[in-house]
Amino acid sequence: MTGTIMGAADISRALTRIAHEIVERNDGAADVVLMGIPTRGLPIAHRLAARIAEIEPAFDAELATGALDITMYRDDLFKNPTRAIGTTSVPDTGIDDAVVVLVDDVFHTGRTIRAALDAIRDLGRPRAVQLAALVDRGHRELPIRADFVGKNIPTSRSERVDVRLEEIDGEDAVILRKGE
Amino acid sequence: MRHLLTTKDLSKTDALRILDTATQMAATQEREVRKLPTLRGKTVVNLFFEDSTRTRISFEAAAKRLSADVINFSAKGSSVSKGESLKDTALTLQAMGADAVVVRHWASGAAYQLAHGGWLHGSVLNAGDGTHQHPTQSLLDAFTIRKHLAPGGDLEGVTVAIVGDVLHSRVARSNVYLLTTLGAKVVLVAPPTLVPVGIEPWPCDVVHTLDQALDTYEIDALMMLRVQRERMTGGGFFPSPNEYSRIFGLDGDRLRRLPDHAIVMHPGPMNRGLEISAEAADSPRSVIVEQVANGVAVRMAALYLLLAGEEAAQ
Repeated sequence: MTGTIMGAADISRALTRIAHEIVERNDGAADVVLMGIPTRGLPIAHRLAARIAEIEPAFDAELATGALDITMYRDDLFKNPTRAIGTTSVPDTGIDDAVVVLVDDVFHTGRTIRAALDAIRDLGRPRAVQLAALVDRGHRELPIRADFVGKNIPTSRSERVDVRLEEIDGEDAVILRKGE
Repeated sequence: MRHLLTTKDLSKTDALRILDTATQMAATQEREVRKLPTLRGKTVVNLFFEDSTRTRISFEAAAKRLSADVINFSAKGSSVSKGESLKDTALTLQAMGADAVVVRHWASGAAYQLAHGGWLHGSVLNAGDGTHQHPTQSLLDAFTIRKHLAPGGDLEGVTVAIVGDVLHSRVARSNVYLLTTLGAKVVLVAPPTLVPVGIEPWPCDVVHTLDQALDTYEIDALMMLRVQRERMTGGGFFPSPNEYSRIFGLDGDRLRRLPDHAIVMHPGPMNRGLEISAEAADSPRSVIVEQVANGVAVRMAALYLLLAGEEAAQ
């Protein structure tokens, strides 16, 4: 099945549910820090933070959201063309003893998350690290799992999952494409 | 990019890419853990045929912060002093598996020869060749100017004056081309004896006293060059150090004639009292110490961009 798998309303509902799950799992959001993985994990992290702030008024969405660029921690740096390095920003309070929720758009092989865990280690020592992804498309290559998933989409390896977001692409959609 | 040999053929896109990458590298240097795993398993050789403290240490720090292995090779006390040629030294390094060679040599063109001689498989980074080029120094200068005067952009509308021993200065040559490529206007200030023959095609203005430069141009960044006395064998370049200081030295009075936002730079090591007075060197406008810190970030960026890509793409 190819084509649009999730529309704007589906994405919105999924993120609202994930926000609730994050608050439920952590008995509130007091120590939660959301770290979005650029490019598209970052706007998703901001949206989740805004939703958590609606549920838990004491949660400061701006203060508790950061960006985690993982380029320099990738294990395939020497197998691909040189990548530009993105911005990493850590909330002023730091991440020591916080519950860091990594946020990415598509959860696939697990290698991005492996790199993110290494990057986190250089930034501090959180109490726990959790993972939220809008789409889980399977095909894990490492023993890593997600804590919060918007939608599980069975795919074949050759297919592509494109997440399009209002902030970057002008529309909200998850599209499954046939591979070349 | 395969090598970094000169700023003359560096495109604006590539230059900005290095500066943007350096900005991200600088941000990582404010963390508690400053080491990144990026170049794990790569070997960087520092090949120095000429004395250098800050450039060598800066490259060493940059490579180590990116987790590369560093081998330091200085010509003193090596087989070079026994008469080994550049070619044989290069073949030795190749056999040791050098992924990048950082080379400083007293001969102009040595880095080019090393890169294009077919002796080495890895990338060559020019860390100063004779009186020719010193690209990472000019990149760190551009990084420093950009940070203070044009954050995030190019250097369009910025005027940079480079003062002093232009003749012997690879820093001046590298900066003239790089800063012009980035959109800045460059003014060279030097006595006629310290202006190279054949300077006409360089994309810059030349004036012969610092006062004239201060009167004529709205200078945003003033870069003082070291008077390279070790290269002035035979003398005759200027009558006396005192006279040089009087006409080309930056003292407190000249410092105060600069616009309020202007910064003072020096590639180091400084001859205090000759090209720059202690008052100017230690003033709040001076970004000389910051240049050193920026040098590590810029060299991290250069090493990353040269070494991180696909092997096949090289």
